[in-house]
Amino acid sequence: MKNILYIIFLMLGLNALAQKTYTHIALINATAHIGNGNIIENSIIVINKNKLEMVSSVTGIRLNPSAYDTVIDLMGKHIYPGLINTNNILGLHDAEAVRATKDFAEVGNINPHIRTLIAYNTDNIIIPTVKTNGILYTQVTPREGLISGSSSIMALEGWNWEDAVLKADDGIHLNFPKAVKRKFTEEEGLSVATNKNYTTEINYLYKFFADAQAYCLMSTPAEKNIRFEAMRGVFNGTANLYLHSEKAKDILSAINFAKKYSIKKPVIVGGKESYKITSVLKKNNIPVMLNRVNDLPDNADDDVDIVYRTPYLLQKDSVLFCLQLEGDMEAMQSRNLPFNAGVAVAYGLTKEQALASISYNAAKILGIEKETGTLEEGKLASLVVSDGDILDMKTNNIVLAYIAGKSVNLINKQTELYLKYKTKYGIK
Amino acid sequence: MKRISALILVLSFLNFNFFGQSTFPTNGAPFNTHSIYAFVNATIYIDFETVIKKGTLLIQDGKIINAGEKIELPKNAIVYDLNGKFIYPSFIDLYSDYGLQEAKPVNTGGHRRPDGAPQMESNVKGAYGWNQAIKAEIESHKLFILNKDKAEELKKIGFGAVVSCPKDGIVRGTGVFVNLNNKNENESIIMDKAAGFYSLSKGTSTQEYPSSLTGCIALLRQTYYDALWYGQNKNKTEYNISLEAFNKIKDLPCIFEANDKYNALRAAKIGTEFGVKYIIKAGGNEYQRMNDIQNTQLKYIVPLNFPIAYDVEDPFDAEAVSLTDLKHWELAPINPAAFEKSFIQFCLTSADLKEKSQFLSNLRKAVKYGLSEKTALKALTINPATFINAQDKVGALKKGLLANFFISNRSIFDNEASVMQTWVAGEPTVFSDINAPDIRGNYVLSTPDKNFKIKLSGDVNMPQAKITIDTTKKNLNYSFSNNFISFSFSYDSTKSIRGSGNYSLENKFFEGKAQSANGEWFDFKLAFESAVDTTTKPKPAEKKVELGKIIYPFNAYGEPLPEEQGLFKDQWNKFKNRYSAILIKNATVWTNSGDSVLVDHDVYVVEGKIVRIAKNIDAPKMAFAKIIDAQGKHLTPGIIDEHSHIALTAGVNEGTQASSAEVRMGDVLNPEDINIYRQLSGGVTTSQLLHGSANPIGGQSVLIKLRWGHTAEDLKYEKADGFIKFALGENVKQSNWGDHNSVRFPQSRMGVEQVYNDYFSRAKEYDLQWQGFSKLSPKDIEKNKIGTPRKDLELDALAEILNRKRFITCHSYVQSEINMLMHVADSFGFKVNTFTHILEGYKVADKMKAHGVNASTFADWWAYKNEVIEAIPYNAAILTRMGVNTSINSDDAEMARRLNQEAAKAIKYGGLTETEALKLVTLNPAKMLHIDDKVGSIKVGKVADLVLWTDNPMSVYAIADKTIIDGQIYFDREEDAKLKQYIKTERARIIAKLLLEKQKGGKVEKLKAKHERLYHCNTIEGVDEEVTGHR
Repeated sequence: MKNILYIIFLMLGLNALAQKTYTHIALINATAHIGNGNIIENSIIVINKNKLEMVSSVTGIRLNPSAYDTVIDLMGKHIYPGLINTNNILGLHDAEAVRATKDFAEVGNINPHIRTLIAYNTDNIIIPTVKTNGILYTQVTPREGLISGSSSIMALEGWNWEDAVLKADDGIHLNFPKAVKRKFTEEEGLSVATNKNYTTEINYLYKFFADAQAYCLMSTPAEKNIRFEAMRGVFNGTANLYLHSEKAKDILSAINFAKKYSIKKPVIVGGKESYKITSVLKKNNIPVMLNRVNDLPDNADDDVDIVYRTPYLLQKDSVLFCLQLEGDMEAMQSRNLPFNAGVAVAYGLTKEQALASISYNAAKILGIEKETGTLEEGKLASLVVSDGDILDMKTNNIVLAYIAGKSVNLINKQTELYLKYKTKYGIK
Repeated sequence: MKRISALILVLSFLNFNFFGQSTFPTNGAPFNTHSIYAFVNATIYIDFETVIKKGTLLIQDGKIINAGEKIELPKNAIVYDLNGKFIYPSFIDLYSDYGLQEAKPVNTGGHRRPDGAPQMESNVKGAYGWNQAIKAEIESHKLFILNKDKAEELKKIGFGAVVSCPKDGIVRGTGVFVNLNNKNENESIIMDKAAGFYSLSKGTSTQEYPSSLTGCIALLRQTYYDALWYGQNKNKTEYNISLEAFNKIKDLPCIFEANDKYNALRAAKIGTEFGVKYIIKAGGNEYQRMNDIQNTQLKYIVPLNFPIAYDVEDPFDAEAVSLTDLKHWELAPINPAAFEKSFIQFCLTSADLKEKSQFLSNLRKAVKYGLSEKTALKALTINPATFINAQDKVGALKKGLLANFFISNRSIFDNEASVMQTWVAGEPTVFSDINAPDIRGNYVLSTPDKNFKIKLSGDVNMPQAKITIDTTKKNLNYSFSNNFISFSFSYDSTKSIRGSGNYSLENKFFEGKAQSANGEWFDFKLAFESAVDTTTKPKPAEKKVELGKIIYPFNAYGEPLPEEQGLFKDQWNKFKNRYSAILIKNATVWTNSGDSVLVDHDVYVVEGKIVRIAKNIDAPKMAFAKIIDAQGKHLTPGIIDEHSHIALTAGVNEGTQASSAEVRMGDVLNPEDINIYRQLSGGVTTSQLLHGSANPIGGQSVLIKLRWGHTAEDLKYEKADGFIKFALGENVKQSNWGDHNSVRFPQSRMGVEQVYNDYFSRAKEYDLQWQGFSKLSPKDIEKNKIGTPRKDLELDALAEILNRKRFITCHSYVQSEINMLMHVADSFGFKVNTFTHILEGYKVADKMKAHGVNASTFADWWAYKNEVIEAIPYNAAILTRMGVNTSINSDDAEMARRLNQEAAKAIKYGGLTETEALKLVTLNPAKMLHIDDKVGSIKVGKVADLVLWTDNPMSVYAIADKTIIDGQIYFDREEDAKLKQYIKTERARIIAKLLLEKQKGGKVEKLKAKHERLYHCNTIEGVDEEVTGHR
């Protein structure tokens, strides 16, 4: 098979092709979106085993087909780095209403020792429907409590969690207390009011961090405390501290908190009002994992399009950010990550900036930019090929994907059911 | 002549004795007196508009004998000289629960209560009606117990009599009209049944039904019909205390607690249905929709509870306080004036005031904000009296009326005024001494140790006292009543003096005994030295209140009326319909006629209709014509959302019974929901608002156009077919509602089928019964004594389905249940109109096609519960390819803003063409809602509901630039920018005012702001949406 293969425009055809275990592959003639803002029209991308061996323009390159297991001509198509889904329970949950399938929250308020890694189910029912839209990695994140635990970054394909892990325990997730809280009472309906437990919660956190920091100064403490042990990375800078907060005032408090304990890698997660304090974020070099673009404003008085416009406002003021989808049905919604980025384009980002917000920027924030996030030589060969613009639902159609050089199966239960009933009805 | 005077004597004797009669024995000799009291030299308000300076009021035996200018005083009259003082007829409050137990709503339905099973039936024992919230049998006069403290509180603010009824239930029974006297209950009651009371809140009822506002309205409606049937039907087999009572109280004045502008309009509508002219208890926000309130032509009871200022010092926190709340804080005091300016008959109430003492200051505030003093008095005296037909008893100071009045030191509208005495049926309650001497002056206090200077000055009723110790002046604590003074002060760090003594009127000094710090007693004397300046300084004229404008709707992105329209002239319709023609030039026009997309075409709209589609249409030479340059832009029909829950008030589900076919979402529209505006910004022009999916037979839908700024009735789509929500599966069998909810039938899909069988069988019989009855001649009816069948709103709706006059939209997921409902429909001879959600529709697409049902689905939602595990995003495409008319809906306020994108997913999942995809959210839903003859495509003759997009509307990059409904622009990016600026400056202006209020020492409220509620299919009123959360 050492000839140039011309693409059959059927997903199935490509998939069958991809099933064979080629280790040295040249993808040619596609438009390559590098992820860092650059585009290479008519590109050549060479996958060698698990790495990207070459990323270049075809122009001026003399292609020797016999040097590769296969050469795939992707004329008219687009190549993107595998998209990265951050801050999500994908892999920890099947059907939302079915309690038995919930694996994303533990009992207790301070649970830094809780690890999502080991609950990540590579055979989860939702995952196959997400990678088919171009998402190849997910940050599996715990929920609830003040400190919910530590996340890990996983590939959307693997025999088991050990096989799928890209970075274990990348950071601790802290749900920073809210100064103002939503409240619901029979008499008054839905309202927002000062959080009565705010001071208690804040004091509790300050004390826990002080204790944990003191503990972590000792390399071999007399008595081992597994909660404190789990915090070492946060203090020594090998793990991120994810500060989940949405409101401007809470974000400011969270930043102060991080400063007080000299946290090396603080990240704001959520950041719905981050656009109000971009100067502070910029000055302190704090990145934001911005909550879903497809969301309603908090207040009736807010600009109707403020949530759509927030990515642009962060970009404009040079705040490093990526997009994520925490919230209602987030696991299932993961497949809409590229379209959330697309909406941000309609409201001011360039397409390449929007792409970066779900690839390169995400990798930088997670600390995996050496491994993935862009199409650059030496990085993992994790990429997707789309018929058209990946950010627009009308053109997003993933025909080929590799995770670390291994081809990804793009058939899922939904495509199977589609085929089954098309056949039943005899429709095209 | 002698005989005549003898007659008079006898008559007066009889009269005399009449007053003295009582069934109560007296312990010891009776205290009855028949003294005549004369109040002279006062400024007397004979009624709200007749004022007599230096007038005289004569009362005897609890009644007024005379009031006027030159009245001869009987010799035996006890005379009070009220020089400089004022007498008013005492105030009347029609909306009180004085003397009754306060009702504390518990308002928890079963499935909304995590700790117990739902209570399906009334827990009131006895031959009462079926629903606990209908308490027509309550008779307040039997429950009334005199409460001296509460009476005194009310008398202190000028009230003399109130109508009292428990504030509990939808029908609350009768209110009692009572005097606020101190004697006993028997002598307090003026009228036993003064009025009937109604509301839209279930109060303390623990019964499940109704759990929503729409359910409350339906229950009240059905109660009217039941009572009518009960009253007419002579063959009935039940005795029903509640309905018996209901039929009796119907003829009394009907007081309806609305407490809100839109509830007022809802009540008025119910009243029109049943021929009742309610007296509406207002809520304080009626000024925001004064035109509609005026059009109800009803009487109102208006509260004086103005919101207190918000604490806005923290700029971040303050953002949670909405423009609505800020503006309401600023404008609320104009509410009473707004009623006056609209020529509405109204009275005022002290209800809703947490502190009754606020009443007079708020009354003065209302006057400061434009209410005339005359109308204010009218609203507190003769109006309430007339409303309950008690003008022959109270409301003025005229011969024969009750001696109910109060005396104040100044005009009651003066800031310094206070009520000195309130007389109720001739019995006084004294708050301050009307005969108190003027003790103001400079005095010297002599004590054995040393002498002190004391100055009493200021208000004659309660002068301020200052004492000079050495050279420093400080306030002196003292009290003075009944000519007796007591005081205390300390000096020289260790010494103190406490004194108590009498005032001598002739000599103008005080003398008595005092005690020093070491316990020594001595005589003191406080001697008058010189007079103080008692002329009150003329106050600087108060600045005219500067206020912002009322906006329509009263929410962010509402607009004030143009300058010349004035504050209360709601000319909104004229204002909004300002373009008689619109010409859209050079657009790419997605016509929805086949695959036709016309490039560089003009669309010409006149009077709301599309009149021409062509290239190069000449600019119209009409006034108010708008020309839109659409070069590079795309024009599509407006987006139609088949499944929405926006713009609804207090509940989307009345899921407390297996069927709630009687409830109507059209009853509970909220035209101020910000989501209307937000969705306009996403190109939505029409939405079907559905009942939720909590029960197999839900409520009646309402179809609206997103006419932002208009009132509820104007939102409704004209002459639309009626629809009703049905539901299947996990929600109706309460699968995800916790283990306590296993009581209400059905709990399985098997039961759901039988619910339908049961209800439709009954509806069929019911329909036949009415059909038979309508064929009878009046003669037959009379001869055979045939009773009118009972009107059942629930079965009415179901019979409409059987008669193909109402159409089903059914929430559905799994193929088995979809199949089942089509079979049920076939067996009763009708068709299901639409399956909504229908995520497994692709599995039975052939059967759906055969049945002729429409499908309204999600683009790609799944995995949120067990029954959607086999949902696939290719559903819409398969259904379309199979010839089933298919649409994409939102069921979600956020997603509705980008339904074009959701439709575009059918291009990705299943390969629909772009024009096919657009139809999923335009023409196809129009077809399933039976409005495709008017909207859904761009065609000459159709209504101009249009969206102008910045890009291909099927692209994620497209933004709605303009949204047009009925040929009027309801959303425009340019206008939007102006509105954003308006919100910003308006907020800043009011916040500056609030800060000033706080600086001045005014009361401020800690942050607390209302938040709009988002409804989904399964949202249960009374539960935070976070608790539920599955569609």
